[in-house]
Amino acid sequence: MACAVSTKRMAELTLDSALRVHPRVSVRPEPFGALLYHFGTRRLSFLKSTRLLHVVEHLGRGSVREALEAAGIDERETPDYLAALRSLRDSDMLVAAT
Amino acid sequence: MSAVDAPARPGRLIDHFEHGLNSPICLTWELTYACNLSCIHCLSASGRRDPRELTTEECKAVIDELQRMQVFYVNIGGGEPTVRPDFWELVDYATSHDIGVKFSTNGVRITDEVARRLAANDYVDIQISLDGATAEVNDAIRGPGSFDLAMRALERLSGAGMTRLKISVVCTRTNIPQLDDFKAIADRFGAQLRLTRLRPAGRGADSWHELHPTQAQQRELYDWLVAHGEEVLTGDSFFHLSALGGTLPGLNLCGAGRVVCLIDPIGDVYACPFAIHEEFLAGNIREHGFGHVWRESELFGRLRSPQSGGACSSCAFFNSCKGGCMAAKFFTGLPLDGPDPECVRGFGETALEELGTSVERPRPSVDRSHRTAPRGGARRATPVTLQRRRPAAPPISACNANPVAELMRPGDRE
Repeated sequence: MACAVSTKRMAELTLDSALRVHPRVSVRPEPFGALLYHFGTRRLSFLKSTRLLHVVEHLGRGSVREALEAAGIDERETPDYLAALRSLRDSDMLVAAT
Repeated sequence: MSAVDAPARPGRLIDHFEHGLNSPICLTWELTYACNLSCIHCLSASGRRDPRELTTEECKAVIDELQRMQVFYVNIGGGEPTVRPDFWELVDYATSHDIGVKFSTNGVRITDEVARRLAANDYVDIQISLDGATAEVNDAIRGPGSFDLAMRALERLSGAGMTRLKISVVCTRTNIPQLDDFKAIADRFGAQLRLTRLRPAGRGADSWHELHPTQAQQRELYDWLVAHGEEVLTGDSFFHLSALGGTLPGLNLCGAGRVVCLIDPIGDVYACPFAIHEEFLAGNIREHGFGHVWRESELFGRLRSPQSGGACSSCAFFNSCKGGCMAAKFFTGLPLDGPDPECVRGFGETALEELGTSVERPRPSVDRSHRTAPRGGARRATPVTLQRRRPAAPPISACNANPVAELMRPGDRE
């Protein structure tokens, strides 16, 4: 889902985790999904679907589970979306919400 | 071309990019045509300031619009952008409006104080232009004293703790043998090396034929790039070399009008920094703003529509090189649906030979070169001269011309 390079080992990401977009990341909607640019790492990433964008937009207001539900992601699709979010977190585009 | 240094994995996403984006990922903004140097390969044929240059207020309005469009960063160049009296003010304005700034300079205005200030702004990246790892090779291209000027700037920036420092090298026949030396210089200053391709645009249209790397050097360059991977930036310059083997890191896509473009000092918008010619002029921001040009330009619309590879489409490597660089073909007089002049399979060379002197190659639409070579070399900055004769015509609007129609046959666009 997201083209992000995993550089560090992170804590496991579960449906109960809380994530938000890194404060130095700009998310720009595009017809195919969105472009993400991290002003700290100068890295570019992509959200390859508008549904993944909706998930990301719902982050920061609760758990990952809530964001997936709010974006209408069903259980069958959940593993793919978790993998995408994990990849975005590993590249620092998403960070743990406190 | 694409000036996107941020690594991205190749993949189907490129298909989306080919159709263009809501806003550019980044864009090149030449702030002035004034320059203290007269490099023989200058893409913008810079030297004299254009009296119609955008004012400080107009520049700030552009930045406001780029912020609304969420353009992530601008690559500022020129000319020598730092000779604009409002340059530092504009840098600060951009970075405080969520626009990252990467600017290229020959180092002329990098004092210790400026170096400290820049080192403290995390949104700024600096590229020092260097086209030879020795004064002899560099100054033959960039002018007397320019090597020392660049090295002094590197010392000051590195001494001030500037970590987001790059050394930008245009690869030529004379400096390809120095790739390892460039890397050593970069390492010495804690800088990243950025290699880009020599383009036959601006004054480079004249010097390209003697300066562009030989076929053997292209192989050498390719192998060197593969060996150094992502530690060396290329701005996607060398996707035409992909036919030599595996694809190089980067988007491997001509981003002209799709993911990048150029704003020139008088607000003209071109498809890419290597295509400053009226054939690639999309419009002017003074009319309805930059966003209007980006979204509505007929030229950009055409660049975003499917393009066939013409003579190249039957080549086994077409998928990796996509026919190469549009601007390089244009300025060497080759058809846009033909091979790149530096096609690694030699088709470009053959096409150039066949062309011979039978065609008149396109000239830069406007030449701002100094009328005389800067006196006293680059060690002492030349006074910025004003273009005396006003160009006969005002900036051409997007609607006055149909820039690509003459260059592309209808069948090429499917």
